Amino acid sequence: MATASPKRTQLGRKVNTDHEGFLRLAGFRWLKIALTISIATSIGYIVADFQPRPNGGSWYGYTLGTIGAGLIVWLALLGVRKRAMTSGGWSLKSWTSAHVYLGLALIVIATLHTGFQLGWNVHTLAYMLMLVVIGSGVFGIVVYSSLPSALSANREEMTETQMVEGIAAVDRQLNDAAQPLSLTYSDLILTALNEDPFRQGLWRRLSGKYSGGATELAIAACDSAGPVPADPAIARVEALLRRRKAQLDRMRRHLRLKALLEVWLYVHVPTTIALLAALIAHIFSVFYYW
Amino acid sequence: MAFRIRRIEFTADGRKIVRDLDVVSGELTLGRAAENDIHLADLALDARHARLVLRPDGRVMIEAVGNLGFTLDGSTTRSVSIDPATGAELGFGSYRLGVSRDVDGAVLLTLQRIDAGGSDDGFDPKRSFTLASVMPSRRMLAWLLAAVILGLFLAIPVASNLNRGSDPKIRSISDSSWSPGPLSASHHGLEGSCKSCHVKPFESVRDNSCKACHKTAHDHAQPARLADARAAPPLGERLLQSVAKGFGKPGPGACVNCHTEHEGAGQMEPTRQKFCADCHGTLKDRLTDTKLGNAADFGTLHPEFAPRIVTDARTRKVTAVSLASNPREDNGLIFPHKLHLDPRGGAAKMAVNLGKSAGYGQALGCANCHRPTEDAVRFKPVNMVRDCESCHSLAYDKVGLTFRTLRHGDIDQMVADLRASDHGAVPIVSSRRRPGDYASGGTYFANFAVPAAGLSSVERALSRGGVCGECHTALAGGVKPGVVPVTQVSRFMAGGWFDHRPHAQQKCSSCHAAERSSTSADLLLPDIKQCRTCHLGEGISTAKVPSGCAMCHTYHPSPMAPKQNRDERKQMAVGRKAED
Repeated sequence: MATASPKRTQLGRKVNTDHEGFLRLAGFRWLKIALTISIATSIGYIVADFQPRPNGGSWYGYTLGTIGAGLIVWLALLGVRKRAMTSGGWSLKSWTSAHVYLGLALIVIATLHTGFQLGWNVHTLAYMLMLVVIGSGVFGIVVYSSLPSALSANREEMTETQMVEGIAAVDRQLNDAAQPLSLTYSDLILTALNEDPFRQGLWRRLSGKYSGGATELAIAACDSAGPVPADPAIARVEALLRRRKAQLDRMRRHLRLKALLEVWLYVHVPTTIALLAALIAHIFSVFYYW
Repeated sequence: MAFRIRRIEFTADGRKIVRDLDVVSGELTLGRAAENDIHLADLALDARHARLVLRPDGRVMIEAVGNLGFTLDGSTTRSVSIDPATGAELGFGSYRLGVSRDVDGAVLLTLQRIDAGGSDDGFDPKRSFTLASVMPSRRMLAWLLAAVILGLFLAIPVASNLNRGSDPKIRSISDSSWSPGPLSASHHGLEGSCKSCHVKPFESVRDNSCKACHKTAHDHAQPARLADARAAPPLGERLLQSVAKGFGKPGPGACVNCHTEHEGAGQMEPTRQKFCADCHGTLKDRLTDTKLGNAADFGTLHPEFAPRIVTDARTRKVTAVSLASNPREDNGLIFPHKLHLDPRGGAAKMAVNLGKSAGYGQALGCANCHRPTEDAVRFKPVNMVRDCESCHSLAYDKVGLTFRTLRHGDIDQMVADLRASDHGAVPIVSSRRRPGDYASGGTYFANFAVPAAGLSSVERALSRGGVCGECHTALAGGVKPGVVPVTQVSRFMAGGWFDHRPHAQQKCSSCHAAERSSTSADLLLPDIKQCRTCHLGEGISTAKVPSGCAMCHTYHPSPMAPKQNRDERKQMAVGRKAED
């Protein structure tokens, strides 16, 4: 899914990569097709004569509606198609490229289908759900093309298991080192040890804001014992706590980036199914009260 | 030997390791610090947490020495005495301490860690790194949303619609969510009552639904003629029609083909000229016998007006004649507009002399004789008594200081009056003489008596230049004296609708060239070219007034104004009310 490989050469304005991402596939073939469709349908909208005003029930409205509904179903089928990776002209990558650009063209097609007549009804509900799906998809594209490099930079070639084990190792040392400390400290350290980076809610994962965490509080308590604590055990514990904090921060950045890379799907996929349901209700109701 | 401390530990692969340590001392300390007899590496414990004392009676006394307590069979306590024979289980942080008596009589303290203290329970690293660990499943969300939408917007409206019988007054639940837009103002009362029009599921709105209320809407023409007149639609329209037909929509010409609803609140949109032009643009190609000229756009394709004018005053025959043939009217009246409107002429001078108190005061204008109807659409017929007699006096005799006046419009009376006063003398002729009269309906009551010898004043009155003959033409060759009847047409354009009121800003003379007309045979109507200085087809944005067919014409034959005109008037009335 990456758009560029580390191995790339640049000669003047031309960028050569040995990897071709789905966005720039075949010289932006699907972008060109989508633009052509958008412009053609827009011209049709302007040129065709609708009385008394453009709406989904004119001949052009039915045409756009049929194209739009077909497109929505086809776009949703990526969820099935993606499970079979193939190559060639009808490769999964080509399919994904078409999914992205035709999905964007759908904004034009569906908006023209509405004839800009919107209201509080199931028809506009379907339209709005479609916009939410497309919007979340655009978010997905943006994070897919910008975040993986940040994710990789943050990991510093550590695997996720190594991250978990790193924290566990520090925790074991901390547990041992804290044994001689008084109950005040040991309580703080116990809370810090129980601070689980995975047990935070969606908002914290996405925002990456974890101020006032137990590890931070424990560090602050050790700090209050003075720059060079009299008890060497405290100094050792503080050093370990700082290591824990550093590892925790890395882990949290990792979790945040992963959450951002993933969260749009929690909108994109369920809303797609909701859209299909609204589309069924939309089409059914039009013919029911024909 | 007093105590036996038994530590039970488990290896990583689950193998159990049991280590026993016998202690002779009768008192043991327990805590996190290493110097305790029982050292428990648990940060949740005090450095010196508790003391265990074997009492002489064989019971074990356990008491907390730090700030924290411990649990006995689950409940927290600080001090407890236990009979080892009965046994008990104590909890210190993550450790469990069982107290019992071993077979050899020693007090057995069984020590076991309950959990490793980490977060290993149910921890799945792969899942924990993804949002699946903090979010409900996507599949579940998807099904939930889909079920809610299908339930609210499909299942409930359909079930409600099917179970509610045929009474349109009972409204279905939730089907208003299907309405693509508000109904027009005139149908606002039907809002939410979908079944009033959408009678059967999957059957489009039929004309019968409309006709249930609109009982007086007339057909535009014979259905067979209409079918012949209709031109083949363009490709897109044909496609729509075939789709519509496939789905059971009524064919072209159904009410809903022109009157589209759910287009938004407010007045229903006036029908666009395309609906008319479809047939009328090339009507002559298909209906070769039609008298109507082709019309598609007021600015570019519209026949010249053919007003209904009086072509024979005697028979009062009214014929529609195209202005293109420069028609002359014969309405029975002798009236030169030019003479009356000349600002330096005798009529003007007389009007000035009559003064303001008589309703004049300055040179004659159109409004001195032409009075608008109450709705201001057109003008009332000119009334001799009201509009002419101020100047054209019918006085014929003077008794003392009183003038005797002929009754306008009543020939018998006129004959009788003149005959009775015919004493040979020249009748009283004031400087003001006046022509004949019209009754309110515009009819001249020609009811003449047989001319008798000696009625010379009657003959004089009727002769050219006489008190009657000045404006009327005497009927020649008749047995009775009389004049040619006068017919005033109040509405020239029967097929269209012209409303004077929106034109009130214009001068009368900008359309009616009355100042230059010296005979009443002149038809002072503007031709289409004149109208086109402001009015062009509906799509022409550069026109002063883009005008669709519906501005002047109505599809369903009716003596009323077209709907667009009525709507505009309504809006004007609302505007005036708001200003008040």
